[in-house]
Amino acid sequence: MLTRNRLLAGVSALVAASFALPAAAQDTIKIGEMNSYKVFAAFLEPYKKGWEMAVEEVNAAGGVLGKKIEIVSRDDNGNPADAVRVAEELLSREKVAFLIGTFPSNVGLAVADFAKQRKTLFIAGEPLTDKIVWDNGNAYTFRLRTSTYMQTAMLIPDAARLKKKRWAIVYPNYEYGQSATAAFKKLLKEKQPDVEFVAEQAPPLGKIDAGAVAQALADAKPDAIFSSLFGPDLAKFVREGSQRGAFKGVEVFNLLGGEPEYLDPLKDEAPVGWYVTGYPWYGIDSPEHKKFRDAYQAKYKDYPRLGSIVGYSLAMSAVAAMKKAGSLDQEKLVAAMSGLSHSTPFGNVTYRPLDHQSTMGAYVGRIGLKDGKGIMTDWRFVDGKDALPSDEEVRKMRPAN
Amino acid sequence: MSYASFVIQLLNGLAAASSLFLVSAGLSLIFGVTRIVNFAHGSLYMLGLYGAYSLIEALGRTPLGFWSAVILAALAVGLVGVVIEVVVLRRIYRAPELFQLLATFAIVLVIKDVALAVWGSEDLVGPRAPGLAFPVEILGRRIPAYDLLLIVIGPVVLAAMWLLLARTRWGALVRAATQDREMVGALGVDQARLFTSVFFVGAVLAGLGGALQIPREPANLDLDLSVIADAFVVTVVGGLGSLGGAFLAAVLIGVAKAFCIGFGFSKLTLVVEFVIMGLVLVMRPYGLLGKPPATARFGEPAPPLQPPRRWPVVAWLVAFAVVPLLGDRYITVLMTDIACFALFAVSLHFIMGPAGMVSFGHAAYFGLGAYAGALLFKKAGLPMELALVLAPFVAGLFAVVYGWFCVRLSGVYLAMLTLAFAQISWSVVFQWDELTAGSNGLVGVWPSMWLSGKPAYYYMTLALCGLGIALLWRALFSPFGYVLRAGRDSPLRAEAIGIDLRAFQWAAFVLAGTLAGLAGAVFAFSKGSISPSSVSIAQSTDGLVMVLLGGVETLTGPVVGAAIFTWLRDTLARETEFWRAALGVVILLIVIVFPQGLVGGLKALYARWRPA
Repeated sequence: MLTRNRLLAGVSALVAASFALPAAAQDTIKIGEMNSYKVFAAFLEPYKKGWEMAVEEVNAAGGVLGKKIEIVSRDDNGNPADAVRVAEELLSREKVAFLIGTFPSNVGLAVADFAKQRKTLFIAGEPLTDKIVWDNGNAYTFRLRTSTYMQTAMLIPDAARLKKKRWAIVYPNYEYGQSATAAFKKLLKEKQPDVEFVAEQAPPLGKIDAGAVAQALADAKPDAIFSSLFGPDLAKFVREGSQRGAFKGVEVFNLLGGEPEYLDPLKDEAPVGWYVTGYPWYGIDSPEHKKFRDAYQAKYKDYPRLGSIVGYSLAMSAVAAMKKAGSLDQEKLVAAMSGLSHSTPFGNVTYRPLDHQSTMGAYVGRIGLKDGKGIMTDWRFVDGKDALPSDEEVRKMRPAN
Repeated sequence: MSYASFVIQLLNGLAAASSLFLVSAGLSLIFGVTRIVNFAHGSLYMLGLYGAYSLIEALGRTPLGFWSAVILAALAVGLVGVVIEVVVLRRIYRAPELFQLLATFAIVLVIKDVALAVWGSEDLVGPRAPGLAFPVEILGRRIPAYDLLLIVIGPVVLAAMWLLLARTRWGALVRAATQDREMVGALGVDQARLFTSVFFVGAVLAGLGGALQIPREPANLDLDLSVIADAFVVTVVGGLGSLGGAFLAAVLIGVAKAFCIGFGFSKLTLVVEFVIMGLVLVMRPYGLLGKPPATARFGEPAPPLQPPRRWPVVAWLVAFAVVPLLGDRYITVLMTDIACFALFAVSLHFIMGPAGMVSFGHAAYFGLGAYAGALLFKKAGLPMELALVLAPFVAGLFAVVYGWFCVRLSGVYLAMLTLAFAQISWSVVFQWDELTAGSNGLVGVWPSMWLSGKPAYYYMTLALCGLGIALLWRALFSPFGYVLRAGRDSPLRAEAIGIDLRAFQWAAFVLAGTLAGLAGAVFAFSKGSISPSSVSIAQSTDGLVMVLLGGVETLTGPVVGAAIFTWLRDTLARETEFWRAALGVVILLIVIVFPQGLVGGLKALYARWRPA
């Protein structure tokens, strides 16, 4: 029977267990990883598989600095305050060597600032915000993923080539959509000064009234549309827009639209002819990618998503940094990250000393249909280093450390 | 906007209104009879979508397959509703008011993780409605035929519900129970069975609302929370328990949103429903078609509070003081969080417990205090210490304004008006890029050098939050506090002896808001950054959960609730992948074992086991 004493004993045991210090077994190197696994599950499940595979590969090859590596992963609940708390827990209790991960912009920026405060290396994997390396850049923070600005810039040559005058814009109303829109307007205007932006719609993330939005865009009679929607918003926009004929005779550009995470749910309704950035995993036959894809499919019986690439490459960046630094000293790690070059399934990437942005590229192409599934066609790889603003401009944005 | 697009946007709005109505109708029905604020209603809607998706895959994409899938999914969700009612809610009908909200919150967490486990994380785009996948041309514009069907379904369901309520014996019982459920019980109606059936019908409506969205909305894991807020708003704007009102409100909000988009103010869609709700509640305190609730009989007053005894408090303070000496830096960090949330929860408890004013938007003051601190520090260039001291008063100023409107209402209407103000604050914070840095939030909000060590900051937090809690507790045992409690237990008698109740409630609101602001400012500087999530519904909900978990009828409950909730979430998130479900199950167990909250329950146990 449950007695008071037993209850007390049970509760105290639980409390004690949770406060107990982990055994200080230091035959492995721990790396702290945090991400919004439950909030952005569609992207982050494959991401987790990606880094898990990388850890396995690295350890099978003997680890790094003579030790095995272990990634200690935490859920940050998509909330900057929670992220800063788990970062603290990873550093002080798990004694991780440094931090990697994060997904939404606000979490990435909060952890970057925390890393600066704690003088700890932080490699942001997924946050796309330009600010993390530019306006809010700091000495301890590096970012792997091709940023909002870079991906937008990659679409600009096609957009300018079409010489469409009237553009309508739709974007999710938060940092990513806002900066994609700002970058797109600025870059296109430079290439094509007579361009007109005739309508702008900023629905809340995850809550688009797709019918009304598609109708409002169509009413402006645009020649072309630039969208940075993704996830359920994108699926709804595609369906409502095509049913209402909003895309007839209109060229559409959609940032991230070719990523399997967001393209595959559309199945046979994938909007043919749209210009997108994404990841044509089925077609990339470079040796690095082939090796990665074969290993991934053998291990998980599933094809890789873009998240898998990010997770895998992020872990590889962490390992390469430790190898180059030859130690776990923060200053040495940060010095090693600057200019660090290593191989990923997308080819070599280099973390630029100038702004700590990696040169990871992305695939640009158009959406096609094959066997009732959306794919990317006519795609080409754009190296990240060719999609960045001039060094001069970057220096102007980035605070001196 | 041309005439043609005006008409089309009107139709778009009406189509959106239909599904909004179905969800809200179920919510309204359940609240009317059982007085349960069913947080899990959005989860039932989400299950309807997922269920319909799977059933269509199984039954085939034919008109017959589609419509049988929709109906079967709605019925299946109805059964889920019955299970929730019988297994969980039935056990806690006698718990203090709103305690059931805690249970339904836990159910949200469980359902979300179950859906993740069953259907996976990828968005599931269902088929277009077979046989209706063509557009109809109206005034040269095209609109999907299915949307037109939805416009018809809303009123049809409204008519069916009206018939059910007005023409059947079950309907008569439901109406009677909505008016006076004690009397219905006294007349010998089996309440348990009535409640179960109401839950079934309400859940079927939610499931139907979800299932009908299959051609318009991919099944995904964020639907539950995004729908529930809308549904609450519609229910309250329409007037609780009024189906016609819910329909009217759904149309109003659906059309308003479509026109915001049509006229090019798409950013307003973030907040327009809350603005409407605020306006409606200020002008019509019981919603569009709601009636003032029948004068409540004098129920049992809540048990009197006991001032804390001195020795245990001193013992706890000593225990807290040695925390940084344990050598585990993280415990200090976690305890700093707990202290901030404890003050937040105690300030919420102050108005919702003793003062009897439930707030669903208490995060407004927490978040605005946090932002005020950060902005005074970063933008106004004040020293951190001064920013920290001034920030609570900024939050207090907002409480002065918001409170003035809120104390004019009571019950759930008051709660929803606080939510409206909180959401309006949130959307301003979220979109005012120049001042608040928008969705990114402000970074670089670090304390001064002498406080930059974790132990130093922890001691300061302990001191400030401890003083805040002491002040609130002290106030409860002053004449001011007694007036508040009198007003909660019998507003009529309180006013009859000459108390200007509204003024006292307003003062309570401002005091609670100010101290929530203090908690927020201390929290902001401990994290080094602040983001709009600190003003969000999720933050308000966390506060409610902490208070209810600890026990709303006790003094120390909110502190214990804040500690247990923060600690549980931290521990479970680390130990298990499905931490949300685990957290939900733990809360459910606590709810069922301790219907007075943890502290209330432990006190009762102690009283029973104490040697006579």
